[in-house]
Amino acid sequence: MSKKTGPTSDWSRRDVLKASAATAAISGAPMFFSRNAYGADFLNNPGDASTVTLGFNVPQSGAYADEGADELRAYKLAVKHLNGEGDGGMMNTMQPSELKGNGILGKKVEYVTGDTQTKSDAARASAKRMIEKDKAVMITGGSSSGVAIAVQGLCQEAGIIFMAGLTHSNDTTGKDKKANGFRHFFNAYMSGAALGPVLEKAYGNERNAYHLTADYTWGYTTHDSVKNTTEGLGWNTAQNVLTPVGAGDFSQYITPVLNSGADTLILNHYGKDMINSLTQAVQFGLRDKQVNGKDFVVIVPLYSRLMAQGAGDAVKGIYGSTNWHWSLQDEGSQAFVKSFGQEYGFPPSQAAHTCYVQTLLYADACERAGTFEPCEVVKSLEGHKFDGMGNGPTEYRAEDHQCFKDVLVVRGAENPTSQFDLLEVVEVTPRAQVEYAPDHEMFAGGDLGTCNNGA
Amino acid sequence: MTRPTAMGDWILFICFSVVVLAMPFWLAPFGADYPDLMQKFAIFGIFAIGFNLLFGLTGYLSFGHAVFLGVGSYAAVWSFKLLTMNIVPAMIFGIIVSGVFAFLIGFISLRRSGIYFSILTLAFAQMSYNLAYSVLTPITNGETGLQLTLQDARSLDAMAGIEVTRSLPSTTLFGIKTSGLPGFYICAVVLIIAFFIAMRITRSPFGTMLRAIKSNQTRMSYTGFNTRPYLLWAFVISGMYAGLAGSLMAVTDPLAGAERMQWTASGEVVLMTILGGAGTLIGPFIGAVFIKYFENIFSSFNEQILHRFFDALPDGLENVLVSVTSLFVGEGWHLTLGLMFMIVVIFLPGGIMEGVRRIGKLFSRKPEKVVAKAVEASGAQS
Repeated sequence: MSKKTGPTSDWSRRDVLKASAATAAISGAPMFFSRNAYGADFLNNPGDASTVTLGFNVPQSGAYADEGADELRAYKLAVKHLNGEGDGGMMNTMQPSELKGNGILGKKVEYVTGDTQTKSDAARASAKRMIEKDKAVMITGGSSSGVAIAVQGLCQEAGIIFMAGLTHSNDTTGKDKKANGFRHFFNAYMSGAALGPVLEKAYGNERNAYHLTADYTWGYTTHDSVKNTTEGLGWNTAQNVLTPVGAGDFSQYITPVLNSGADTLILNHYGKDMINSLTQAVQFGLRDKQVNGKDFVVIVPLYSRLMAQGAGDAVKGIYGSTNWHWSLQDEGSQAFVKSFGQEYGFPPSQAAHTCYVQTLLYADACERAGTFEPCEVVKSLEGHKFDGMGNGPTEYRAEDHQCFKDVLVVRGAENPTSQFDLLEVVEVTPRAQVEYAPDHEMFAGGDLGTCNNGA
Repeated sequence: MTRPTAMGDWILFICFSVVVLAMPFWLAPFGADYPDLMQKFAIFGIFAIGFNLLFGLTGYLSFGHAVFLGVGSYAAVWSFKLLTMNIVPAMIFGIIVSGVFAFLIGFISLRRSGIYFSILTLAFAQMSYNLAYSVLTPITNGETGLQLTLQDARSLDAMAGIEVTRSLPSTTLFGIKTSGLPGFYICAVVLIIAFFIAMRITRSPFGTMLRAIKSNQTRMSYTGFNTRPYLLWAFVISGMYAGLAGSLMAVTDPLAGAERMQWTASGEVVLMTILGGAGTLIGPFIGAVFIKYFENIFSSFNEQILHRFFDALPDGLENVLVSVTSLFVGEGWHLTLGLMFMIVVIFLPGGIMEGVRRIGKLFSRKPEKVVAKAVEASGAQS
């Protein structure tokens, strides 16, 4: 490589430069040979290290960026509490709890973050970086079910625990469930089951519903679940129109609603999409209309405070369901709202809540298992019953890794007292009413498989 | 035109191979020596090299090349689902299917040139993206992306008597797992082969014909050449490269999503090629490495890391520096990339490769005439 080149040689300047760069690279190579020569009994075993790394993979751009930002705040707060800083939040109310406030298994908790961009590819690339480069033992995050399912699949293949953040599609713990993945958040079926009785009481049994549905797994399963419920009430489903995620302008989808003869608009949208579609539906005067002798109504199956904040006055009187709301008066919720409020100056959203709870549940499962080994953690989470996390008594069902707990039906407040007090809880639907068999037809076709520890 | 020598090409090829295979070592100081990113370097290197065969040689700017990447991925994942977890059929399948797609799209789009050609390819790309996203969902699984499941047929594997377990099988090359570091070496070897073929094509009479089309297509026609078949073949070959890259994406991570076909992905490969140096042999690869590095490493920097980086400075200054630089990292990596792209296009229209040449010229102590000759030679060679 170091052959001297004379002026008449055919070597170009660049060839020489490249050859010397390559020579330098090769001669420097032995300095890096000692790396990766480390065997472990499971992937990313922290071993004797004094710290352990968690990976927080949330959307920081795109239609779900607001939720992502709030999730990240909750994760940071959870890390603080796990490391014994701050007031401990829900660690004081969690029952049972093995958490000691000295990290997880005595190791200080560190974290890495990544932007999923609400795209499966980007999310998987970011999760892979956390696993391969940052040696994370657990990945958590979400906000789009499509992304959550993609990352859950990756974690299953790699042998890492995935604690799903906000993901509401039935498929996450249905058709696409995985042994290494766990979901605390509720799902579309539960939303439908909880909304049914409330909608019947408020709007009766004769309605003609028009669906606008986000064009991906979450939208489909939400549409199916809500349709199943409303048709059970005797409602008719006029039409279902799929809209792209992050469309921004929904006017072209809303105009046909006016002429369809429908008297109910069901918006299977979330995040900025829901803010835009609802605001535009209200601006188009849908809610002032009378169709078939009935007031036109809008329903948003999955609600969140962040969205209500974004949509402003448009949410008044609109029904929806939610996993958790900061105004709940139980001890766990109060403790969480207090420490979140002290840290950031405003109450947490349901996305923040589920992410915070998932992080604590993972830490507690590791403590109970006495190891970070994924299969042991899976065992200690399966069938785990706990309380004091804001949703009342909750169980991680072993058959599909879905949490079962009460669901909230909420309505946009008519006279909000503050900019955060935008939703009022109409009903707390008990767990028994939203529970379903693991092989229910909307969840059929999946298989957990066996847990993978990546060894 | 000074013909580049076979010797020079071999040296270039060997150096390229060494640099690519040694990536796990020389990337370590940059924090980029983890398998997933190195796989991306190699895969997008193939994609950009293939794109350059069309854009760099003929000057036809395809703005929908990501279609072939997506099609290659889908084809490969279907091969995993239906046939076998072995990657060889998946790659062959990916190349063939994307080649067929490229033939069809090229056959229509190449009736026009210049901006009209670009718009046609863009239209086809957007059409394919929407089809994959919401129309052909039984084939593509829409937004969630096509994934492996336990119920997949895998008929060849079943025939070979490979046991069905309750955990998802991984992709293999005759028994070698293709994720992680082995996956990178497979991608790297394919990249080196792809580079070699691209080099041979560039040096062949066919390559000369393509460059002639770039310099003056009308003159080519007047001298009696029918340029269409040449263009179509260049388009198909370039599409097959993209398909190969797409199938490798599925090999290293068996999932195919529609967003791989979005116009932003098509734009990305244009950026890679121009950033590195269109028309040069290794420029597109350098561009691909740059962009993927920014996307994965710069976007992962958060304030915590910046504070650690500027730790030595006094507190006030540290906070100012952190808040200024945080604009350019994390979510702001697009901004950094945009600035870099502007600087390159304004000051180095030939891309990074032109910068390398200029630096080479600066350090040269040869007499003027020889320098000019050398520069010309290296320009033609690369």
